[in-house]
Amino acid sequence: MFRYILKRLLQLIPALFGLSILLFFWLRLLPGGPENTLLPDDASAQQREALRESLGLNEPIIVQYGLFLKRLGEFDFGNSLQTGRPVMEEFTTRFPATAELAIAAMLIAVCVGIPLGYFAARKRGSFLDSSAVAGSLLGICIPVFFLAAMLKVVFAEKLGWLPSAFRLGAGARFTEITGFRVLDSVLTGEFDVTVSALGHLILPGLALSSIPLAVITRMTRASVLEVLGQDYVRTAESKGLQPTVVRTRHVLRNAMLPVITAIGLLTGSLLAGAVLTESVFAFGGIGSFIYESTQQRDYPAILGFLMLIAIIYVVVNLLVDLSYTLFDPRVRVR
Amino acid sequence: MLQSRVTRLGRTALIGIVGALAVSLAGCESERDTGDGDRNETEPFVFGVPTDARTLDPIFTTDGETFRVTRQIYDTLLDHEPGGKEIVGGLAEDWESSDDGLEWTFQLREGVTFHDGEELDGEAVCANFDRWHNFEGAYQDTNFTYYWQNMFGGFAENEEGVDTEEKFRSCTADGLTVTIEVAEPSASYPGAFSMATFAILSPGSLEQIEDDEITSADSAFPDYTQGEGVLAGTGPYQISGWDHGSQEITLERFDDYWGDNAKVKTLIFKTISEETARRQALEAGDIHGYDLAAPGDVEPLKENGFQVPTRDVFNILYLAFQQETTPEFADLEVRQAMAHAVDRQRIVDTILPEGGEVASQFMPPTVDGWSEDVTTYDYDPELAEEMISDAGVDGLTVDFCYVTDTSRPYMPAVRDIFEIISSDLEEVGLSIDPKPMEWDQYIPATNSGQCSLYLLGWTGDFNEGYNFLGTWFDRPSDEWGFENDEIFDLMSEIDRTPDPEERAGKLAEANEVIMDFLPGLPISSSPPAIAFAPDVEPMDVSPLTQEVFADVSFAEE
Repeated sequence: MFRYILKRLLQLIPALFGLSILLFFWLRLLPGGPENTLLPDDASAQQREALRESLGLNEPIIVQYGLFLKRLGEFDFGNSLQTGRPVMEEFTTRFPATAELAIAAMLIAVCVGIPLGYFAARKRGSFLDSSAVAGSLLGICIPVFFLAAMLKVVFAEKLGWLPSAFRLGAGARFTEITGFRVLDSVLTGEFDVTVSALGHLILPGLALSSIPLAVITRMTRASVLEVLGQDYVRTAESKGLQPTVVRTRHVLRNAMLPVITAIGLLTGSLLAGAVLTESVFAFGGIGSFIYESTQQRDYPAILGFLMLIAIIYVVVNLLVDLSYTLFDPRVRVR
Repeated sequence: MLQSRVTRLGRTALIGIVGALAVSLAGCESERDTGDGDRNETEPFVFGVPTDARTLDPIFTTDGETFRVTRQIYDTLLDHEPGGKEIVGGLAEDWESSDDGLEWTFQLREGVTFHDGEELDGEAVCANFDRWHNFEGAYQDTNFTYYWQNMFGGFAENEEGVDTEEKFRSCTADGLTVTIEVAEPSASYPGAFSMATFAILSPGSLEQIEDDEITSADSAFPDYTQGEGVLAGTGPYQISGWDHGSQEITLERFDDYWGDNAKVKTLIFKTISEETARRQALEAGDIHGYDLAAPGDVEPLKENGFQVPTRDVFNILYLAFQQETTPEFADLEVRQAMAHAVDRQRIVDTILPEGGEVASQFMPPTVDGWSEDVTTYDYDPELAEEMISDAGVDGLTVDFCYVTDTSRPYMPAVRDIFEIISSDLEEVGLSIDPKPMEWDQYIPATNSGQCSLYLLGWTGDFNEGYNFLGTWFDRPSDEWGFENDEIFDLMSEIDRTPDPEERAGKLAEANEVIMDFLPGLPISSSPPAIAFAPDVEPMDVSPLTQEVFADVSFAEE
């Protein structure tokens, strides 16, 4: 098990190396540079050129890449040009917001998607089934940005039921431990903050969950339908096993394997969706920061954030792979 | 059996959803609960801004959003009248310059206290100027000290590669009198002394940060610039906290402020980068005001009871005619034809926010030196078509660059403006080749003369015409691609005229010469829109976007 995990983590190194080449050179291919957003509109061409020079952007690109790798070896991503703070610090400050939002979205998707998919399959052809299929189609089709804006207009602006933005009301006082507002407030017993943080998570969480919810519902439905037709389910039923046991231990457990794989892969779409959702809800996570960094050609920030996201993506998928063993005793990690 | 389970599950889910909603509603209520006391004392005033500040030491930046925050914390020697553009006393009650414009003497106010309890005196002011003048190493990069170099020149000892001429000579203190000596007169004075970047920090703060370093052009700001605890100014608010994750800066009222105390106890600047999200946050009651409202949002906001006070204009949008890239533009008749071709009034009426106006010259009428006697170019497409035909450039194809990913206070809805101008120019016989670009690509392209036509503009730093005209016409440049010694000499003369009235006269003359030569077409001046909730008593809004937040308050119920 340990060797397997180590092997998977070591596989990260060439993957990250490849990614760094791709990202580094791709970013430099974009026209313009940070000197155009760092200096005011009236800065002369000479002043902009001088800044490029001081930032080391006039060095040969291979030299710049070498310097970047050297820093990377020390796990130093440099400093964000737009905020003037270390990239790593920016990431650790913002990551809890995105993680909390992604977890909320995934919880909504899993808690609603799996039961919905399961019952849709059990009642194939029913109204519930047709609604689930149509609903999941809609979930995939509606752009996250549009859904987020609509949810906000209805529930925050028109009805005033939920907050329209932020992770907590502006000026809210709370004790920070991990940066995860819900967790921190539970740990410190500030339950009014917990309530507020949960309230702020509902709309962005719902918006961000639309695609994972649709995918999980459809996959669960398809997978359950397939398992229901298997001989071992019929055998279990004919043996006179309790229906609950058949459903949970024989049907659901076996149907979960492809769904779990999908959940791992959906992490990527969650992070992509977070860019839009966070902007709409001024959520202040890594998504909106990447967007702003790209606008400003903040090379160190874009590179650093994308590399760190890649690491997280791989780790999440590793955890998902490891969780197979919980569902399928035939899968053994070697 | 299954049916009953589904029903049970549905019931459980329903209870869960209702419960979650109830919980969140309770959360919403608790956040909007204003309590029984005076709202100004119990509730923070939350202002939505498009980007977070960069540093709490304003000398290191040129960023307007940083200055919006630091203006509430620190004072400068001079200031602008609240809601106006006239320069008035800040920390200095009185000021005068020598006849040659080389010596500026400031008489400081008595009884001004810094947030850390120190008293303001001349030594404190000079300690700040000396600090800036003696910056070394990476501090000398334009990334950190752009405004110092533009306004006061180089440093006591310029590093290799820094060739900015030294303009600042010395700062001498005598009690509450401060004398600043400069190497040459400049139209930038006294305006420069009102710039937020030259904020006066307490001597105690300066001592604490003495050893902090910036090591390279891309290095991080020192820690003290990123939160409370070290920096102290004399402004109506002091720093209470900066939550970088939530992009939220909290200021608390400074009760020993030398002027009228701030009306609201707690002031929060909260970043909401998306334009629509800012409006929605205001409508939902999550914030109490925001700046840079989209022109299209102004009327709907007003209809719903929100306040959108109109600022006086203090900017210029222009269409540049690059004469080197397109030699046909060197013909004055062609430039005049293009000026007659563009329906600027239509742009003002249909795109710009209320308060916008057609520009007759390269500065807004609010700036001293604006002339009533410039040559004007009325919209006359028939005349334009005739002139284009006479000049023999009928059918000429020209590149027209416009920016796609950003707007500026002087240039909202860029694409709409571009489309009106393009269709007007095509109407009179030119053929337009559109060149959409991102800002990042746009600036180098316009700077290096790659665009025949492009849209740009400027918002003034202070009330000084040279701050507008000198930005573009003080030298030959690739941005415009023309040689005109009359204009360049006039600019140089204006920069060296210390007397403001005399300078205004020369600026008016320069405006007339420039509008006869017509290097580009001034399009409009437009005020960026600022919005407030219905239950707020806004401060006087400033043409320079330098609102004094100490004057904002919640309306009494």
